Amino acid sequence: MPDLLTLDGVTVTFGGLTALRDVALRVGPHEVLGVIGPNGAGKTTLFNVACGFVVPDRGQVSWEGRTLAKVRPHDLAGLGLARTMQGLGLFDRVTVLENVMVGADRHARAGFLASLLGLGRASRDERALRERARAALADLGVEAYADRYPPSLPYPVRKRVALARALVAEPRLLLLDEPASGLSADDLDELAALVRGLTDRMSVMLVEHHMDLVMSVCDRITVLDFGRVIADGTPAQVREDPAVLAAYLGDTVAATGPASPDGPDRDPGTVA
Amino acid sequence: MPAPTRTAALTWWRHSLLGRHLLVAALGLLVVVAVLESVSDFRNVQLASMAYLGIAAGGLTVLTGLNGQLSLGHGALMAVGAYTTALCLPGPDAVVPLPVAVLASVLVTLLVGALVGVAAARLHGPYLAGATLALAVAVPGLALFFEERLGGEQGLRVALPEIPAWVLDLAFFVTGQELTRSRYVAYLGWLTLLVTFVLLANLSRSRVGRRWRAVRDGEVAAELAGIRLGQARVSAFVVSAAAAGAAGAMMAISVRLAAPSGFTLTLSLTLLTAVVLGGLGSLAGALVGAALLTFLPQLVTRIGTDAGLSDIQAAELSPLVYGLVMVLVVLLAPAGLVGTLRLALLRRRARRPASPVAGIPDPRHIPDSPGPSDSPGRPAGQTHDPATTSKGHTS
Repeated sequence: MPDLLTLDGVTVTFGGLTALRDVALRVGPHEVLGVIGPNGAGKTTLFNVACGFVVPDRGQVSWEGRTLAKVRPHDLAGLGLARTMQGLGLFDRVTVLENVMVGADRHARAGFLASLLGLGRASRDERALRERARAALADLGVEAYADRYPPSLPYPVRKRVALARALVAEPRLLLLDEPASGLSADDLDELAALVRGLTDRMSVMLVEHHMDLVMSVCDRITVLDFGRVIADGTPAQVREDPAVLAAYLGDTVAATGPASPDGPDRDPGTVA
Repeated sequence: MPAPTRTAALTWWRHSLLGRHLLVAALGLLVVVAVLESVSDFRNVQLASMAYLGIAAGGLTVLTGLNGQLSLGHGALMAVGAYTTALCLPGPDAVVPLPVAVLASVLVTLLVGALVGVAAARLHGPYLAGATLALAVAVPGLALFFEERLGGEQGLRVALPEIPAWVLDLAFFVTGQELTRSRYVAYLGWLTLLVTFVLLANLSRSRVGRRWRAVRDGEVAAELAGIRLGQARVSAFVVSAAAAGAAGAMMAISVRLAAPSGFTLTLSLTLLTAVVLGGLGSLAGALVGAALLTFLPQLVTRIGTDAGLSDIQAAELSPLVYGLVMVLVVLLAPAGLVGTLRLALLRRRARRPASPVAGIPDPRHIPDSPGPSDSPGRPAGQTHDPATTSKGHTS
């Protein structure tokens, strides 16, 4: 089977800063790809390229073997690509159920006129969306919060709602931006099991700081540092890779500055 | 969940959006008939003006409340509708039937709204307010510029066609009273209002309305769900403009005149205050706001004269009281009158204990959510927090 998403020779610069340099990456069917790297390595920029939020200066993005000349964010859902965001981005003044119904919107067919006149088609559509959304919430164990509003819910619940909103679109590729942030150890175990359970339906690409999670759920890992891919392979391979160790633990030879694993100001030339 | 014993028809009413809205509209129609038949001609004139303010406020509340776009130009859009009606009904022997004139007004305003909406979709907050403000200032000026055609300062007279005989017969048959012209006009206004509100409610509860809300609350997340931001914004503006067009037509028929002095900036601001008073995004709120706008000044003036103030003093009392009411509502019921009522209901519902869910800690036992990103940064001044916090639980 062809790869779902491939990035080839992607370079992104912001002014004088090079965020990504000649990055290549692929996500195969039914696999979980982890993208890791120290702060400022370009992980989020990579995600934004995959989503069309950032247009690369050079290189190309392909979806199922077809080059995407200009992918716009609102095209993603139709292509079968869903994404969660670091800030969750839930709609605060809309109930949890309707939040998830928005995610399912691409399954709806009723047009403006049907909605305006309240035709049977629109009602049927609404019912179908509502059932889908309820099922997605139930899958993640948060159905009881369907009628609540996101700001009133604890963070782990909101996180699940955001995930349900992405999953209800039934994407073929799910992009998870730091899914572990703000979760307790118990939540993390559940998240890991959940992500593994998704692979029979879709591929997953995740950006994450949390090493334990990445090592336990990913089939392959791509490691970024200073905007370049420094390693790519199975968790075991990546763990042993000298370049990765150097990037994370500090390299005695290279004199690129302080080498603390999470130093925020590692290099003025790279952007998160 | 409906009990299995319910009949299919009942299930239809329950599940069909149109069914539910038509039911409410039918009840509304009964109330309208009962009220219009029992009050004087003078009150009927007032109720007609409440109807056209309500229609315009309903359209504005959809735009501002559901889609988050601010418009200071809805008075101008009403003017477009009113002038179209005036041009369609120039004299007693006009060839254009009344319904066609109203539909034409809606269509023309809709087109103008589409043009403005395309520009508005690219603007945010104060810039959008500024652009629509320009509309409010410029449109009445057009009437002066094209004096030949649009009547200049004097405006255009609107000739209300004779009441059709079947309407007179029907009215007499149903109510047993002769249908006066002002009552006829009030009926026209309220029927238009009911139709408009049913359509707006349909949209608001449908996929279209949900997209509008999504765009209002989070552009990026909405885009990721496949929603085109521009399309959502323009469609909200067009719908809102169409409602303003219908309101303008009703205003022209009710006042029998379309003149620049009727469509000053004050009208636009008045509509906005009606929407804020009632509660953003709520059609019922728009109606409450329109009622306050129509009846509060009168009421205050009468109380003033009864209290022994001179007529002039009493008349000056009403803007003062109106301003006070506005300040009080914003301070004490920031979600608007209807909005605050709804929040209270939501709070009560949230207090009912929810069944605990496997895997997720019950919110009651979480003192504070963990996580560094647990401050989603609610926009300042946002007042629609349903406030169904964990504190509200009883168990």
